[in-house]
Parts: sequence; C-alpha cells; structure tokens
Amino acid sequence: MTNMRFGVVVFPGSNCEQDVVHALRYLGHTADYVWHQDTNLAAFDAIVLPGGFSYGDYLRCGAVARFSPVMEAVSAYANEGRPVIGICNGFQILTEAHLLPGALLRNSGLKFICKETPMRVEKSNCKWLDLPEGTVLHIPINHNEGNYFCDPETLKSMEANGQIVLRYCNEDGSRSVDGSAPNGAMDDIAGICNERGNVFGLMPHPERVTDSLGGNNGTDGAAFFTAIAAYVKGA
Amino acid sequence: MKQYQIFVTGKQGIFDPAGKTAQNALDNLGYTGIEDLKIGKFIQLSCEDSVSLDTVTEMCEKLLANPIIEDFRIDEVGQ
Repeated sequence: MTNMRFGVVVFPGSNCEQDVVHALRYLGHTADYVWHQDTNLAAFDAIVLPGGFSYGDYLRCGAVARFSPVMEAVSAYANEGRPVIGICNGFQILTEAHLLPGALLRNSGLKFICKETPMRVEKSNCKWLDLPEGTVLHIPINHNEGNYFCDPETLKSMEANGQIVLRYCNEDGSRSVDGSAPNGAMDDIAGICNERGNVFGLMPHPERVTDSLGGNNGTDGAAFFTAIAAYVKGA
Repeated sequence: MKQYQIFVTGKQGIFDPAGKTAQNALDNLGYTGIEDLKIGKFIQLSCEDSVSLDTVTEMCEKLLANPIIEDFRIDEVGQ
C-alpha cells in the first residue's frame, strides 16, 4: 500500500469533504481538512477540491470560491506539477480558476441528476488514472450544472493533448450517436485534465464508490486515489 | 452615487435550456413570431461616483461574468 497525505479543501458550502476524507482513510491514506482561508499546502502530497455548493452556488458554481485565499495556493501547487483533483463543485471551481479549460453549464434537461452512471476511460495523460482505454466505470453523478462546454478549438486541442479522461457512455462502453451524457455535456465529457495531467476535474463522485459499505454499488472510484498515490510515490 | 446596470447573457451558441423552455411555453400559449428567447442575469450596482466604467468592466471580466460562456453589457444610469 502506497500511503500519502491528502489535503481536502473545505469552502463554505462544501458538503462532500467528509465522504472524501472517509474514502481516503479507508484506502489507508492520511487525509486532513484544509480551511479555505489557509494558504499553506506544503505538507500535502495531493489536494482535493470536494463537491458541494460553495458560496451557495451564487452567481455561477465555483465563481466565488475561486477567489478564496486557498485558491492562490492551489494554483501555485498545480503549476508546480503537483496533483490536484476537483470533484463536482471542485471541478467547477477549477474551470472558474482557469486551471482547467471550459465551463460547466446547467444540465440540458434542467433537472438535478443523482444516479449511478456508466463512463468510459479514454486515452489520456491524466496522472490520476491508470486503467486501460475503454474500461467502463460506474460512478454516481449528483449535480445540476454538469453540462461541460468549451469552444471547438479547445475541444480539438484537448483531444490532441490527451486531456479528455472520462466520457459518459452506454453500459457496454459504446456511445450513442445523439450523445450518452445524461446532462448534455459536449462530446459526452465527464472528466478532463490539464496538459501536464496533474490537474484533474470530474463531475462524478469517486469517493462514493470507494468503500463498498457506502451504500453504492462497487468500488470503481478507488482507482483514482490509488493511481495518483502510485504516481507520486513512484516519481 | 452612481448606478450601473449589468446584463449578462449566454454567448451565441451556448445552449440556454431555460430560455428554450420559456420560448416553447409562449409558443404553446399561441404567441407567434418569436424567433429566440434568452434568459440571462441582471445585476444592479450602486456605487460611489469614483467607480469608473473601466473598473466595472474589470469586475465583469473577473467575477460577474464568465467570458468563456457569457457576454455582458454595462449601462451607466442615473441615481
């Protein structure tokens, strides 16, 4: 077991930080909360921005949290090539902070969606995943604004740079012609990384399928936290 | 005292499901001739006279709008 120390950032309105900390400790890692006013991340091997409704999702999801004092430290940390993952609202914060390209719009069906969803692993340079291309994972999504959008040039360059990490798909890993994303996401995108592959954002909640006692089926979410630990400790 | 009115709307081509739904509802009510309906945000900013249009533009670019998905227009209005 490769253990490492995760910092889990808590913004006012975050609500998945305890699930993340539980999942990480369950996997044998050390996990500590980091208050959004803190600015020292030196002690951590990786940073997690958890899900929730930071600042009530007012204005735009993640728009206000992105200016929390901790975010300057997170940017510096990410720019050093150190691992950062943003889950759900954390993903929205990373796009607002321009640490990841694009934006997350309201779900196309105007409904909040909470359900276990199949998604496939794409060929990417993401350091948070080490699974063969085409592997189908089942991870719950739980959001109102998960409809990924970016301009066509950005999409093209992300594709070319191996930045598209996860795509929503059908049970057998195929993608429907009219889209497999339950939220209308462009190109069925569920998760993307930056060019270096150290910053990863995804709408699904891997922390909810890490401990099989959590009430959800499976442990597909553990793969992300295990892969990054192997990467950090092996580097 | 000065007041700025800021209109934030989705960029051309950004899917606006709320606007589409309202448009369909008007359609169902029998209103004809509507080509498009967009729903955006209206922000009213009251401030000291010293706050310039440039500063408000900067506020929009930095926080109040997301230039990746939104356009904004600022009107300076009376007191």
